[in-house]
Amino acid sequence: MGKSILVGMADLNTCTAPDSITTLGLGSCVGIAIRDPGTKIGGLAHIMLPDSKEISSVTHVPKFADTGIEELVKKIVAAGANRARLVAKIAGGAQMFATTSNSSTMKVGERNVIAVKKKLKEMNIRLLAEDTGDSYGRTVIFYPETGDYVIKTVGKPEKTI
Amino acid sequence: MAELSMEQLSSQYYDILKELGNIGAGNATTALAQMLGGKLDMSVPQVRLLEFKEVGDLMGGADQIMAGIYLGVEGDITGSMMFLLGMESARHLVAKLMMQEPTGDMFSEIELSALKEVGNIITGSYLNSLSALTNLKMIPTVPAVAVDMAGAILSVPAIQFGLMGDNILLIETQFNDETQMNGYFILLPDLDSYSKILSSLGISI
Repeated sequence: MGKSILVGMADLNTCTAPDSITTLGLGSCVGIAIRDPGTKIGGLAHIMLPDSKEISSVTHVPKFADTGIEELVKKIVAAGANRARLVAKIAGGAQMFATTSNSSTMKVGERNVIAVKKKLKEMNIRLLAEDTGDSYGRTVIFYPETGDYVIKTVGKPEKTI
Repeated sequence: MAELSMEQLSSQYYDILKELGNIGAGNATTALAQMLGGKLDMSVPQVRLLEFKEVGDLMGGADQIMAGIYLGVEGDITGSMMFLLGMESARHLVAKLMMQEPTGDMFSEIELSALKEVGNIITGSYLNSLSALTNLKMIPTVPAVAVDMAGAILSVPAIQFGLMGDNILLIETQFNDETQMNGYFILLPDLDSYSKILSSLGISI
């Protein structure tokens, strides 16, 4: 058993097998797990918002889907992974509070998922699996060793994608 | 009106915001204590400027399960307000309101609806007292409730702050009694609301 690396909200980090990497309580945020199955080097990003271009001043790169994924890939490659082999799994993007309001902040989970998929496609990183949407929080653990992405939710059995 | 960035908030403003939290939460705690027919203690409010990655640690860990009632605030002051209860407290509160024994299960539809209503009353008294003090309109929107991990619940207001900056500023007050109750009030005014609040109290920035 390796150690477990914790990633906070609007944060990212790399992880090499046999260690695992985790983020707690993903709500509308999305947890993007990327790895190179060859070297078993990977990482996890916990993004909050879909698009850095919607905001005038971008100071905090890991906050956004587009800049966050770019930064994560850069770090994983710098850690020794093969860029061409990278694959991804994603989880999160829930709508935590069901409200009647249609405001864009409430639908941000859905927009986050769309933005993440778009960015992965743009960067030619294959999306292997996802557990997104719905209305509940998720705690995730990613194992670069096997590529297992374990998802824990409240009141439901744990699942692995 | 002067633009106010969160980093510029001096300790004097912190004290004023803390006092607002004191008044708001004081009224809300009293309302809640009356509802429960008991006594509740309230902590000194904390005004916190946090990085997003620290948000999860706010109340005992991001994967701590809590009942969260969330309301938007509209009017002169905009932002949001949260009323968070530990699971035990939420069960106790619901049981008291519905005049039944606490159950160990997840909440039923009607119990969630009761929680929502409590949240409405409690946060209403918080906002009303601030409104009376500042002479600014603060109208709560229809509440929504979620029973989930603290991190997931708090991601909702965090994302709103994410649109404007890299920190979250909040006024947090904890309340408890000796046994069953433990929870938090969190007021999260939008950035431009802070200057409105301060100038309504005659403080220039």
